[in-house]
This record gives sequence, structure tokens and C-alpha cells, in this order.
Amino acid sequence: MVEPREVNILQRKADEFLQIFRKGEEFTQELLKENERLRFRVAQLEEGELASRRTDELTVRNLREQLALLEEERDRLLARFKEVEEENKVFASKYLEVELENNNLANLYVASYQLHSTLDFAEVLRVVQEIVINLVGAEKFVLYLRNERTDELAPAVAEGLNLADVAPVLVGSGIVGRVSETGESFYQESIPLFQGIDFEKPLTAIPLKINDLVIGVLAVYKLLVQKPGFSPMDYELFSMLAGHSATAIFSSKLYSQSARKLSTIRGFLDLLRERPAE
Amino acid sequence: MANVLVVEDSPTMRQLISFALKRVPGTQVTEASDGVDALKKISGGRFDLLITDVNMPVMDGIKLISLVRKDPNHRDLPIIIITTEGAEEDRKRGLAAGANAYLTKPIQTSSLVKLAADLLEGIAPQAG
Repeated sequence: MVEPREVNILQRKADEFLQIFRKGEEFTQELLKENERLRFRVAQLEEGELASRRTDELTVRNLREQLALLEEERDRLLARFKEVEEENKVFASKYLEVELENNNLANLYVASYQLHSTLDFAEVLRVVQEIVINLVGAEKFVLYLRNERTDELAPAVAEGLNLADVAPVLVGSGIVGRVSETGESFYQESIPLFQGIDFEKPLTAIPLKINDLVIGVLAVYKLLVQKPGFSPMDYELFSMLAGHSATAIFSSKLYSQSARKLSTIRGFLDLLRERPAE
Repeated sequence: MANVLVVEDSPTMRQLISFALKRVPGTQVTEASDGVDALKKISGGRFDLLITDVNMPVMDGIKLISLVRKDPNHRDLPIIIITTEGAEEDRKRGLAAGANAYLTKPIQTSSLVKLAADLLEGIAPQAG
């Protein structure tokens, strides 16, 4: 038979055990919950990492695509830059051409303007002389005018030379004479560095022509020291001089002749008027 | 407005230079046919640039430049010589007289335009 005291002790121990057991149960449940929470967290993290990895891959792919686009853009810009550089070179060379053309046109405009600015024969000769000195850059030259009656080319203007020292030239004789006969310009193939004066060998001889009629010849014997040779502009000027100076010289000659004749006729008429009626 | 005095005995060259200077914006050109004519015009006006030939009747360009330089009012006036004289000693003589630049004929009008524009803007020309 168990005594009540022992029963109490047993009861207390049973209660204690139950308490411990409950605590153990609670602890186990807590552990299970914690475990579940941790598993959930691990799953979350794993999922996050996966998502992050996916995002990173996407970002990298995007960046690679962007890089490819940028490289393409850079190549396109480099190609365009080269094109623009080439265009600039073309523009620069065109600008120089235009400048040169502008210079040539200014020279031609001024030369022809001056040639036709007067009907005075001596003035026209002076203008031709100025053009050949200032625009061509000739130091020594002679302008011969053709005398139809004698078939001779007589020096009318001499620059850098004494006019009296320049002999007339027969049409057909020597370079100057042949230029007058054929109407074809003569250019020496190479300009000598040290140019001496040889009337038989001008550097150039230009016929002054009205259509096919040669009225004179411009013969250049020496260029200015700073001028090594003829430029394309000089050929343009010679070509202009060949035609325009011929017409200017011819018309001024006719004008002075007609002015002289008019003066004679006027004098004659005045004389008739003054004569007392018979 | 920049006033330029062009001194040349050749009407052809005077016209060519004046024609070329039309390309320098805001430029007014006055012409003189020799040194004496130029001095008269300088004393009666205000000029920002003088362009002169050397060989001229009455008074040549070198004499004109030296007289202009003696005048305190025109000591700093930019001067360009345009001449047929292309020898080195002629160039030195022109620059020694007081010219700022020396061009020989036949001229490239574009060079003259650039030089004139530079001098009017106060830019010193390159040697020569």
C-alpha cells in the first residue's frame, strides 16, 4: 500500500516531469517553427539569388547590346568624320580654285575695262603697256604695229628698252614676223633663268588680231626678276590682249583719224563761210 | 569704316587694287596718283591703311613712306608696298623706309586682301 505522502511526492514528480515534457514539447515546436522559417528564408534567398543572377545576365546582355550599338555608332561616326575630312579637303581645294579664278577674273575685268576706257590712241598704248608690266610682270617688251603699206612691223611701244634701238621687223621674217604672218602665238618652251635680250628670240610673241587681221605683235623679251615663268593667268591675259587690245588700238586709231579729218573739214567749212560772197 | 589710301601712277593697278579691296568688308578706298597727291590726301583725311607703289612720278613711294613716318600722327599707319621691284635689296629698302609689308607685281589679289584685312585688324604681317 502506498502512503499518501509518497503519492504526493510521486504526483509532484509527475507534474514536474509533465512540465518538463511540455517545455520540451514547446521547445521542439519552436525549433520546428524556426526550422520552417529558416527553410522559408533559405528558399527566399535562393529564389532571390536566382532572380538576381537572371537580372545580372539580362543586364550584361543589355550592356553588351548597348556596347555593340555604341561601337557601331562609333564606326559610323569615324566613317562620317573621314568623309567630312575628305569633303573639307575638296572644299579647301575648291576655295583655292575659286580664289585663283577670282584673281584671274579681276585681272581680266580691269584689263579689258581699261583698254576700252579711252579712244585716245596714245592712251590705249599706255594701257597695254601697263597691263603687260603690272599684270603679266614683263620687264622688257616691244609692241609692234603693222604698217599695211610697207608690210613692216614698226615698234610703237618699248618698255625697258630704248624705242630707237628697236628695229622694225618685216612681216614673215623671224619669230615676230612669222607670228604677224600666221596669226599664231609663239611661246618659248622653257624660260631661261638668266634672260638676255635677243630680238630674234622673244619669250613670247602674241599677234594682236581683229578676226584674221593681224594689226600688230606684242613681243616679250624679259620677265621681272620675281617672275620665274608664265602662269595660266598670263596665257588668259595674252589671249585677252590679242583680241581686246587689237580692237582698242584699231578703233582709237580710226577715231583719231576721223577726228583729224573732221577738224580739217570743219576748218575748210569755216574758211568757206568766212570767204566773202562774190 | 576703314579708310584705305591707294597710291599708284597706273590707273590699271589703282583700279585692280580698289576692286580687290572691295572684298575687305567696310573698306573705303581713296586713290592718289603719286606721292605728293597722297600727302595732300593724308593731311586732309584720316586713313587706316596706305598702299603704295614705289616708282611714281613727282614723288616716289619710298620718299612718301619716310615723310609719312616722320609725322607723329601717322607713325603707326600700316603701309603696304606693291611694286615691280623684286630684288632683295629693294625689299629691304622698302621695309627699312617703314613699310609693314612688301608685295611684288604681278600681285595675287587674294594675298593683298588677306594682308590688308590683317593689317586693318592690327595683325602684324608675316616676314616679307
